[in-house]
Amino acid sequence: MRIVKAMVGAALVLAASAGFAGAKDWTTVRIGIEAAYPPFNGYNANNELVGFDYDIGLALCAKMGVECSFVAQDWDGMIPALLAGKYDAIVSSMSITDERKEVVDFTDKYYTNALTFVAPKDTGITDVSPAGMAGKILGAQGSTVSAQYLEEQYGDADVKLYPTQDDAYLDLAAGRLDAVLADVGPSNLWLAGADGACCAFLGEAVVKDDLVGIAIRKEDGDLKAMFNKAITDIVADGTYKTINDKYFPFSIY
Amino acid sequence: MNAELFERYGLRMLDGLVVTVELVVISVTLGALLALPIALARTSPSRLLRGVSFAYVGFFRGTPMLAQLFLVYYGSGQFRGALESVGLWWLFRDAFFCCIFTFTLNTAAYQSEILRGAMASVPRGQSEAAWALGLRGAVVLFRVILPQALIVALRPLGNEVILMIKGSAVASIVTVYDIMGVADLAFARSFNLSVYLWAAVLYLVLVETLSRVWAVFERRLGAHLAVSAARS
Repeated sequence: MRIVKAMVGAALVLAASAGFAGAKDWTTVRIGIEAAYPPFNGYNANNELVGFDYDIGLALCAKMGVECSFVAQDWDGMIPALLAGKYDAIVSSMSITDERKEVVDFTDKYYTNALTFVAPKDTGITDVSPAGMAGKILGAQGSTVSAQYLEEQYGDADVKLYPTQDDAYLDLAAGRLDAVLADVGPSNLWLAGADGACCAFLGEAVVKDDLVGIAIRKEDGDLKAMFNKAITDIVADGTYKTINDKYFPFSIY
Repeated sequence: MNAELFERYGLRMLDGLVVTVELVVISVTLGALLALPIALARTSPSRLLRGVSFAYVGFFRGTPMLAQLFLVYYGSGQFRGALESVGLWWLFRDAFFCCIFTFTLNTAAYQSEILRGAMASVPRGQSEAAWALGLRGAVVLFRVILPQALIVALRPLGNEVILMIKGSAVASIVTVYDIMGVADLAFARSFNLSVYLWAAVLYLVLVETLSRVWAVFERRLGAHLAVSAARS
């Protein structure tokens, strides 16, 4: 039984690394989305996909003249599922990082993100620098730029990572965390809700130039070029601004 | 095998191994202490004790440990005020404690059933003979019934510990860096699936070590049975 388990594991690794190669004629594009990251992506009360990422995805597909379908996928498995061919592109607020670029390609940015700490209103913390946060318990969603930033810069703090952003917020509200580092958009939405009444933004954004792009398999250069052109087009013709204004009172491009 | 990845996460993986061992050893030991009173309650003449212990065992064996951990971890977060007023919040604030608490209650339910079955397997004549000799209840239990029952219980108990070793991986969901937690972390940064193979190997080593230790236990504790079987 143990040997069988090891073999199944090895087979999975091989299957995932082999991926699905070969040129394609792009008439349909499948898009992976987390659907758990409001206001960028999530479900509405009728269980339909909504959010900034979803709207941008639809607009890009319309511009490219292809038919799109959306596939919901847990965040941790986002890139592995792309590599395994479950979908062809990730339009799910994924930041462009060097680590990710080793395994996937990214289009040009479709918005710019900032990372900001959120803390209880009665927090004693005044300094959000790594020195000021030493010994504090800090949380973030795993596999995100926030998690990476905390791991790299805030080594003297106790860093806790959560499967979803909501889990991190929940523990912040429960008092298990001294602060959460997250993207400014979702934090803004959470703070405005009833659950976020405990807390507020803490200090200035620690990262302001986090670029968000669409992840594509490395061999699909043609699809990347199509997306890049479509992004330029929707920015130029005002479609982007319409979607932007639906969710945010300021430009996030 | 990626050397850079190994350098970065190899040691943390070993830390994770220590955390997994701590989780299992502490919760299985505390669970064993709880299991005896629960097993006795299950066979008690009191309807109340029987009912409560039946419900307890039914709940913890009938629901996923992941769900139980979520209930304890995020549930306790909702009752922070109440827990603070009784001075217990500092315990439930800690993810490691929440895991120990949940795992202990879970394994206690399983171990109590193993123990109950093992005690039932000891022939009735044994306790009747002990009573006839005028021994008291506690002496009958600890000197006559349990020593024989534990030999029967040993193998299923080993099974339960193995299940706990693997089941403890759910701790990674609530921010505890056990083997699985470190593997998740390393994978999130590298997207290299081989980290899960490392994790699998560590779990295999744990389980294999345990089953060897258990085989030694069985030989020791069952030595008189082996001898008498050979003689007959």
